[in-house]
Amino acid sequence: MSARLGFIMLVHTALDRAAQVARFVAASGSPVVIHVDARVSTAQHNQLSAALADLPDVQFSRRHRCEWGTWSLVGAMQTAARQMLDEFPKVQRVYALSGACLPLRPVADLEAWLRRHPDTDFIESVNVSDVNWTKGGLSEERFTLQFPIGFKRNKWLFDRLVDAQRLLRITREVPDGLTPHIGSQWWCLTRQTLDAILTDPMRPHYDRYFKRVWIPDESYFQTLVRLHARKIESRSPTLGKFDHQGRPHVFYDDHLQLLRRSECFMARKVWPGADRLYTHFLTPRDSGPSATEPQPSRIDRHFARATLQRIRGRAGLYMASRFPVKNRENGKTAEPYSVFQGFTEVFQDFEGWLAAVANCRVHGHLFAPHKAEFAGREKIFTGGLSDSASLRDYNPRAFLTNLLWSTRGERQCFQFGPGDTQGPGFDLLWFMASDSNAQISVISGAWAVPLYRSGKDFAQLRREAARLQRIETKMLEVLHSPEVRARIRIWTMAEFLENPAEPLHLLFDEIAPHSQARLIRIPDLVDLSGFGTFLQELRNQGMQPVLMGDFPLNPISPDPSHRMK
Amino acid sequence: MRKRWLARARLKGRALKPVQDRTAALNADSLLLFATLRDERARLPYFLQYYRDLGVEQFLFVDNGSEDGSCGYLAAQPDVSVWSTHSSYKSARFGMDWINALLRRYAHGRWALVVDVDEFFLYPFCDTRPLRALTDWLDDAGLRSFGTMILDMYPKGAVSDQPCAEGQNPFEIANWFDSGNYAITRNHQYRNLWIQGGPRARGFFADQPKAGPALNKVPLIKWDRSFAYVSSTHMLLPRGLNLTYDTLGGEKASGCLLHAKFLSSLTDKATEELERGQHYEGGREYRAYAEVLEDRTDLWNKWSERFINWRQLEIMGLMSKGNWA
Repeated sequence: MSARLGFIMLVHTALDRAAQVARFVAASGSPVVIHVDARVSTAQHNQLSAALADLPDVQFSRRHRCEWGTWSLVGAMQTAARQMLDEFPKVQRVYALSGACLPLRPVADLEAWLRRHPDTDFIESVNVSDVNWTKGGLSEERFTLQFPIGFKRNKWLFDRLVDAQRLLRITREVPDGLTPHIGSQWWCLTRQTLDAILTDPMRPHYDRYFKRVWIPDESYFQTLVRLHARKIESRSPTLGKFDHQGRPHVFYDDHLQLLRRSECFMARKVWPGADRLYTHFLTPRDSGPSATEPQPSRIDRHFARATLQRIRGRAGLYMASRFPVKNRENGKTAEPYSVFQGFTEVFQDFEGWLAAVANCRVHGHLFAPHKAEFAGREKIFTGGLSDSASLRDYNPRAFLTNLLWSTRGERQCFQFGPGDTQGPGFDLLWFMASDSNAQISVISGAWAVPLYRSGKDFAQLRREAARLQRIETKMLEVLHSPEVRARIRIWTMAEFLENPAEPLHLLFDEIAPHSQARLIRIPDLVDLSGFGTFLQELRNQGMQPVLMGDFPLNPISPDPSHRMK
Repeated sequence: MRKRWLARARLKGRALKPVQDRTAALNADSLLLFATLRDERARLPYFLQYYRDLGVEQFLFVDNGSEDGSCGYLAAQPDVSVWSTHSSYKSARFGMDWINALLRRYAHGRWALVVDVDEFFLYPFCDTRPLRALTDWLDDAGLRSFGTMILDMYPKGAVSDQPCAEGQNPFEIANWFDSGNYAITRNHQYRNLWIQGGPRARGFFADQPKAGPALNKVPLIKWDRSFAYVSSTHMLLPRGLNLTYDTLGGEKASGCLLHAKFLSSLTDKATEELERGQHYEGGREYRAYAEVLEDRTDLWNKWSERFINWRQLEIMGLMSKGNWA
């Protein structure tokens, strides 16, 4: 078969890998023109040419000194392409490769595929005003400012030159008839298009313009092809993914299956040390020709996930390489959780009831002063969390986020109250109140019930009641602040006790939306006869208990047979 | 500040006497490993093997007066250079001055891994990609440092019961860890994170959590002679090197250092180190160990996780692939 497809190859490192690839494509009858960066030492260059000396259809082009982001790369491509067209008149298509490209399928498959797309130029070419993937802020300005020096040579000077031109509003005209387009520099063009670009009478004019454009290798052919092509298929024939900073993702040995299944013809960029990849894909296979279409979507997803992990991270995770500043957490905690304040005080065995009816983990007061009351009062809980109060109070927020991270998949419920550790400046409550995963339900004033039931010395109780009321008042201020993002519900104790079933039903619906049928009985209330008198006694002693609402002196006890629904 | 650490390093570096110097064999891009040790003969065969398998090309050790043949054993290895000193570990800032001196002399422009002989570096894809793949990727991304957390590993049962044979993988015995009890704060002075927690915090420092050992480390650096480690490998100068974490919600790539501390040898070590008094804050850490280990503490509990591989740690959020996929 006549050689219809030729490769130009730009190499600057890992020359041994480039030689392997050149040998592989040349073996299928395709000519190769290699451009070796002038910065590569003569000894290395000689070694490469010696390694390929036995292949008559592998040539080397005149060497340019290449610097990233500058015209030199376009110059190198032009020289190599010209040489390809002149020296191999049978070549009908020219494919641009880098030294880090690896053919994934036989060249014959690629040629057959190209034959099925006659007169088509495969080159990613996107109008610069429509792209959103240029990194570093320069898109249209690549074409309207002057870039006399490369970014890698002097970053500071590069940035200052850009700033100065922006300040002085220096812009340059895009030559008439050109609409700036950009895209991947790894293309496959027809002889006709490539020749038309290289022999265009306007070329000296265009070249002069592009010499001062930023990253012309991503725009020279991509723009000019719009003048000459008959049919443009705007995508790179080479599989390559870019990360959030515009750097190419690298392929390693462990990507072998992913690459195999992609059915793409060429992949970039491959790590030079990926022995398995080079061995696998450069070993001739006798599986016969295949007409499968390339399917890069799996690889797209694989790398898109990685980029997402780098940019957004995993919600609720705090670790050695992810420690978001306030309000940049992308989710303060891992999963929804419920905080109950005042419920264990008014119900008998609220914890046991909730654990029985809702499929979730119910803890006691996790932030109780003496120790963390884990469900079942375990000493150590998921992830190795200790119930030691001193460890917990050393960083209460980390304690909470750790618990929620380690128990992903199981809803956590815990009790909270004015008697618990609050952290400096109600830090912990602020954190929960501003967390959209939190469901915080408060029966205000319920802290008085255990005091009333304790039957301790009244003077002491009065002091304690005043202290707890002070704290709970501050807590309610936090929960009423405009910055809250949690689902917060607050009842005064009097309100709540008027009809306890309804609020419980409401909360339960949110915690376990699909298991209503199991909610039959609400838990029994503690005995509150005499509580009204207790409150009156506090008032008589000069303290003003307000948070429980208008609690009647002699409450009418709710109907003992109350049922939900 | 940095100048002071560097000057100290030069001064203390004079105490180092070469025993075996193979640094003439270093290439421009050799991957180096630096460590200080004392009487760790039994650990060395596995340690060297582990890091050779990862792709470390040259080892540079400071031997602080070993009496168990560690020095001779190292000197006989083909890829090891050893310096010996009998000066005080404590006055060399727990060995960091010596390491800074060696880094300055030999690591300029190269990637250097700085670990203890009981720390085993784990990074994303370490089972399929050699260390060189990681350093190449960091180079391409323009990153100079790579962060880790120390993960304390412990056996099931009393620590003193299970001896680790020479050459044996210590994690065949100490193969359990705590997956989610680490507390993090930011150190604004040096911009590093300060991580504490794990079995050491709950087992030995429950009553004084602030005193618990720091678990953040930056062990892999593309070294420059102007760099200096400040306190162990927890932080270094210039401060930008400590920014191995993302603050806007994303995850940077990071690894773990598996810590094979809780083996039966710790019992002897704790007693010995207490007598020497050469450790941080008067060996407070070792005193705590000695006390607790005497009671035959079992760090294991039903929430302990058995170590499988790096992917497990990645899923648990103890390390991250970042965007290295």
